Amino acid sequence: MEHRNRRLDLTLGLGLAAFLAFPWYRIEGGFFGLGWLAEFPSDPAVAPGLAQIFAHGRSWLGVALLLLAISAAARFVRDADRRGLVLAIAGAAGVVFLALQGLAIGFGGWTWTISETVFGPLSQGQPSMGAGAVLAALTFVLLFAFGLAERGVLKGDAFIVASISLLVCLVIVFVFYPVGSMFAASVQDFDGSFKPDGFIRNIQDGSIWSLSCVVGEGRCGVAWRTLWLALMTASGSTLLGLAFALVATRTRFPFKKGMRLLTVLPIITPPFVIGLALTLLFGRAGVVTEFLSDAFGIEPGRWLYGLTGIWIAQVLSFTPISFLVLIGVVEGVSPSMEEASQTLRANRWRTFWTVSLPLMKPGLANAFLIGFIESMADFGNPLVLGGSHGVLSTEIFFAVVGAQNDPSRAAVLAIILLCFTLSAFLAQRYWLAGKNYSTVTGKGDSGAHSALPRSVSIGVHAVVIPWMIFTVVVYGMIIFGGFVKTWGLDNSLTLDHYAKAFSISVTDGAIAWTGVAWNSFWTTMEISLIAAPLTALVGLLTAYLIVRQRFAGRDVFEFALMLSFAIPGTVIGISYILAFNLPPLEMTGTALILIACFVFRNMPVGVRGGVAAMSQLDKSLDEASLTLRATSFRTLRKVILPLLRPAIVAALVYSFVRAITSISAVVFLVSAEYNMATAYIVGLVENGEFGVAIAYSSALILVMITVITGLQLLVGERRLRRENRVLSAAPARPAATTLSQEKTA
Amino acid sequence: MSTQTNSPRTGSVVFQNVRKQFGAFTAIHDLSLTIEPGTLVTLLGPSGCGKTTTLRMLAGLEHPSAGRILIGGKDVTMLPANERDVSMVFQSYALFPHMSALDNVAYGLESSGIRKKEARERAEEGLQLVGLGGLGQRLPAELSGGQQQRVAVARALVLEPQVLLLDEPLSNLDARLRRKVRTEIRELQQRLGFTAVYVTHDQDEALAVSDRIIVMKDGVIAQEGAPRDLYEAPASTFIADFMGEANVLPCEVTAADAGHATIRIGGLEHRLRSGNARPGPSKLAVRPNAVTLTPAKGAALAGTISSAAYLGAHVEYEVETSEGLLFVVDEAVEEMLSPATEVAIGFRNRGLALIDA
Repeated sequence: MEHRNRRLDLTLGLGLAAFLAFPWYRIEGGFFGLGWLAEFPSDPAVAPGLAQIFAHGRSWLGVALLLLAISAAARFVRDADRRGLVLAIAGAAGVVFLALQGLAIGFGGWTWTISETVFGPLSQGQPSMGAGAVLAALTFVLLFAFGLAERGVLKGDAFIVASISLLVCLVIVFVFYPVGSMFAASVQDFDGSFKPDGFIRNIQDGSIWSLSCVVGEGRCGVAWRTLWLALMTASGSTLLGLAFALVATRTRFPFKKGMRLLTVLPIITPPFVIGLALTLLFGRAGVVTEFLSDAFGIEPGRWLYGLTGIWIAQVLSFTPISFLVLIGVVEGVSPSMEEASQTLRANRWRTFWTVSLPLMKPGLANAFLIGFIESMADFGNPLVLGGSHGVLSTEIFFAVVGAQNDPSRAAVLAIILLCFTLSAFLAQRYWLAGKNYSTVTGKGDSGAHSALPRSVSIGVHAVVIPWMIFTVVVYGMIIFGGFVKTWGLDNSLTLDHYAKAFSISVTDGAIAWTGVAWNSFWTTMEISLIAAPLTALVGLLTAYLIVRQRFAGRDVFEFALMLSFAIPGTVIGISYILAFNLPPLEMTGTALILIACFVFRNMPVGVRGGVAAMSQLDKSLDEASLTLRATSFRTLRKVILPLLRPAIVAALVYSFVRAITSISAVVFLVSAEYNMATAYIVGLVENGEFGVAIAYSSALILVMITVITGLQLLVGERRLRRENRVLSAAPARPAATTLSQEKTA
Repeated sequence: MSTQTNSPRTGSVVFQNVRKQFGAFTAIHDLSLTIEPGTLVTLLGPSGCGKTTTLRMLAGLEHPSAGRILIGGKDVTMLPANERDVSMVFQSYALFPHMSALDNVAYGLESSGIRKKEARERAEEGLQLVGLGGLGQRLPAELSGGQQQRVAVARALVLEPQVLLLDEPLSNLDARLRRKVRTEIRELQQRLGFTAVYVTHDQDEALAVSDRIIVMKDGVIAQEGAPRDLYEAPASTFIADFMGEANVLPCEVTAADAGHATIRIGGLEHRLRSGNARPGPSKLAVRPNAVTLTPAKGAALAGTISSAAYLGAHVEYEVETSEGLLFVVDEAVEEMLSPATEVAIGFRNRGLALIDA
């Protein structure tokens, strides 16, 4: 009981602070600037909630205060069941009330006519929510969760209930609310009236659904082209990712370290850069094209500009993601299962085919799904290489920013895109239903991974080595391009591009960042470093809740998250602008909107990785921890997170890198104050400053490599078995190796 | 460990009308039971009988759909697992693979807010208690199965819980080790005096370690009592057969008086001890070693040996009779009977029980 009272007291204190100590409404100059402290609390613009109610005519906020008072009174109710009920109802009512009043009352009073007729006109409106209002909302969410926990929901685990409640609220605010706003805008006219004409016209458009490439002359609709591309990219990147993962863990390939670095390279590259590099190689003036033309008289073609080019660029871009997903899975397959199989008269081929590979199936499905959705949502590569053969995501972009300016067409295309990605998600769920591969169990597990069968080993090497060489060449082009004066015209080497972007001068003993890139560079670093841990935290917490907790609406919850992954960046960007430009939440032009965008766009990958890794952890480990007096928070921190280190690294790396390299959503959300590197580079490309653009990109890549290496060293590897060793294919000197293993153990 | 031996912290367990449903499936129907402090009680039953669910509800890993659970007189029905004064030994041990044995044992102490130094000292004592002193720095993967099991026991015991829960703790050990460890667990329990709830499907294990046994079947209690009661006075054919093998024969109670009953099977009359027999048709549970076989023709209850197996210490027979096939264990190895021998069947004065149901 003391435990429950303490957390309740803390929450009530937070609620009181929300009404007393913080400005209720948004501060124009920014909350973290702390400029508001000077006028606090007398000035109406920065006054706290209590003053707004009694002195500044926002009497409706009194309802929220009353609900808080009811919760405080409930603290003294003895009966746990009744007390929980009161808290839950007051909390839920508080959240709903705050949301409704925010939506219903804008700057100029009521925004809905129905509320105006019911309650009469208001004397004054209100600005957007500020720190006080947000804290109050948080308080009500926590009260609601604690109330439910006291009633025994989810086995009375307050941490779990609170986490789920908070996550659900965040997802509603940052995923559903913006997308809802955008869909509402798509069937609305400019004055806000309902007008579905544009929607109906677009859904029947032939350029989307045409099948003429199959049944007749001409091109297929953009929907079919996007689907075909996504299937090809997903298959390609999954197979390559598996090959890389197998080589990295199951062979004695000499360049494993280098390979790991190489496979990380493409994701730390802004997507359009790969497109540019491919152009430098295979475009009409590309190195390879010109060589073939000179040597064999092959006519330079435009084959690169279209699905083929996009496919190559996407496979280059997404193979590393599937590699990161699959390496954890391949390592997670228990060696004792493979050893068991081998003792069951199965040779290495049969073991691989019937034991190892089926155990990797959930991971493969995840990798495929990620590849598919990434391809569908990819914006950078199609932008550079698509030419007139656009895909859905670029079509959406051009439908909004281009001459068309047709938001309802964008909405229709977005719905189609969503259908594809959701179908993929459903198919994967159906396929994996009821399959549970617990391979890291509570029992100590020793043994060695078996080596690959010879034919598979040859096969994966044959795939991996050429692809590595190809990647090296592509990156060589990127690095080289930064030092060339003007590609194709003047191939002399120069350092001018780097100097222009990153020059530093020392004046009066102070460093002046004179290069053009510094401003956006520091902003990018700051925002990415804030967003990455938040993304990993939210993603892994969500994964834990999805895998380990059984709660009502769990499937809906997971589905909602995946939905946010399935929404392409272009759509997210537009919807954020539409939703967060006006009360109740105003964030455009701040760093907050960029961080929120990154966290909720990149979280699903953390979730996927976490789910895959966590479903390999035996549930009895959590239960043992719980019966050993640990709270579920401690269980998460002490047992699950240490065992999930590979997944944590993947989530951190991925979210950091995505924040730096993403472009599709960012182009809509950057502002003069907070400009991101990719948006700046796109601007350079538009101005024709390819040299500086490529130099800047190379510098970004270098920075990301440094940060990733640092992270990997920081988080370290998990130590479960004596060591991750690979049984040698031919046991030539077993005695020596066992001896050394005993020493290291 | 001194605090533990001096003042055993031990609590009772009470289930009041507990029901547990998983969706449409009812795992436990209206279960009520009481476990006295300081006793070792076994939940025994075939798989799917609800014994593990019962244990998990006691641990707080599942919450009942209806009813109340009390530990040490305190209502814990709605309390989460980490706030209950119980600890559990898992079937898979569930040792944290990334922590050393010592860290595993100290984990619960540190979770309870005990300072790290003291927690480690007590964990070391705990490891010594189970005979693993000095192995604290090993990872679970570097310990044998039996050692892992003992780490799991130590990890649960150092918390000095009111009730220790054991979920099939021996199922991952080989037979010889199983006997040794079960004796150790029983000794520890009696020495330290804690209450223990032990889940198993192995009736030998249950008979060996328990003060009381609760046999469950299909989510309800089939019978509960001391090991001897269950073995010697089974209340149903299910119990008779589950608690060691038994031949169940239809019989007729011809006379019953204080403490004794006379029964007739086929042509054979036999007088046996029985508390509350009433004249009329009944069933007799006969342990395999309660049957005597004498070579003879035309006996009151006659049979023919259909198979005989020599097992060193005893012989196992299958005997064809008019009442059905009898399974017989006979220690008279020297006078082993060969198949097809006609025998007269008789009963000893022990190993017989009348079943009402």
